[in-house]
Amino acid sequence: MSIVKEFTKGLWAEIPPFRFVLGLCPTLAVTKSVETGIGMGLMLTFVLVFSNILISLLRKIIPPSVRIACFIVVIATFVVIVELVSQAYAYPLYQKLGIFIPLIVVNCIVLGRAEAFASKNGVVASIADGLGMGIGYTISLTVLAAIRELFGAGTLYGIKIMGPSFEPFTFMVSAPGAFVCLGLILCTMNLFGKAKDM
Amino acid sequence: MSDYLLMAVSAIFVNNILLAQYLGNCPFVGVSKKMDTAAGMAGGVVFVLTLAGVITWTIDFFLLRHFDLVYLRTIVFILVIAALVQFVETFLKKMVPPLYKGLGIFLPLITTNCAIFGVCIINVRKDFNFMETLVFSVTSAIGFGLALVIMAGLRERMATARIPKIMEGTAVTMITAGFMALSFFGFLGMA
Repeated sequence: MSIVKEFTKGLWAEIPPFRFVLGLCPTLAVTKSVETGIGMGLMLTFVLVFSNILISLLRKIIPPSVRIACFIVVIATFVVIVELVSQAYAYPLYQKLGIFIPLIVVNCIVLGRAEAFASKNGVVASIADGLGMGIGYTISLTVLAAIRELFGAGTLYGIKIMGPSFEPFTFMVSAPGAFVCLGLILCTMNLFGKAKDM
Repeated sequence: MSDYLLMAVSAIFVNNILLAQYLGNCPFVGVSKKMDTAAGMAGGVVFVLTLAGVITWTIDFFLLRHFDLVYLRTIVFILVIAALVQFVETFLKKMVPPLYKGLGIFLPLITTNCAIFGVCIINVRKDFNFMETLVFSVTSAIGFGLALVIMAGLRERMATARIPKIMEGTAVTMITAGFMALSFFGFLGMA
């Protein structure tokens, strides 16, 4: 029962980054198009799940005083794996995401879950937590990216949606548009209760 | 010389690390509530980013490239940054306790500040030489500090303003940041 709860909390109650305001940089940077948004979400899910597993397995061995450094090494290892795999098999996506793939290392969500959850809980619960948070993050990025791509370029996942007379609202795909759009989504989330403050 | 000047202006204003490149947003939202913590964080970032930029570039140039270990970049860089932050933390705890208390949780979080790690990666990906690395690291950090301090000023004013209930908290901060980014777009003609 609790496993299901650990999984579903990442999907709504604590959905990152709308409720659990962490990991904003990639949220803003890679949501110009749905393709990059989903790509980043899936990569993060992979890193989150596997780092949660390993940290949860090692939680009794890692000395508390150097735990953050240990967590980061574990996370960085999985990020390198993602980086090399995407370079080999999904090169266009790798190029579009650019420096934001190595930047998964410093995504606060991964370290935050390692510190707050995986270092205190068993393997199965940690997998559920990582998977839930990762999928929640993917959903968030997809929603934000869909809004920005639709209004900013008139397309969705590269497919033309808006009619020929549509004038792209390029503000949405620029940096200020990213901030404002995320702000408006956070407003909408506030309608359903207060977000966790950082 | 003019190249470096152009690079500096570009990094501080035009391609501001925070507002145009989306790096370092967590501390931007987290510590911009009060001016003194924002200023402390800005100082910490300038210090750490300058050191980290130079040290990671040196390691990359003399060790990783030399021995064909470029794929280890991510791990090596993050370890160097983590060690540096630890050092700064110990130093502040001993020498400037009030600042240490003010920064609280966000000091260890400089480790996971994307701005630091991002700039280090940009330095080596763009094949900068040593001077370029130094200039880019310092000016990026100054750009980050500038945006952070301006934001803190705005948020201190906003604390007394009447904000619609649903906009409270992070939402209004993000929208303010959006308009700040828009105003920084005005510098686009300069470089």
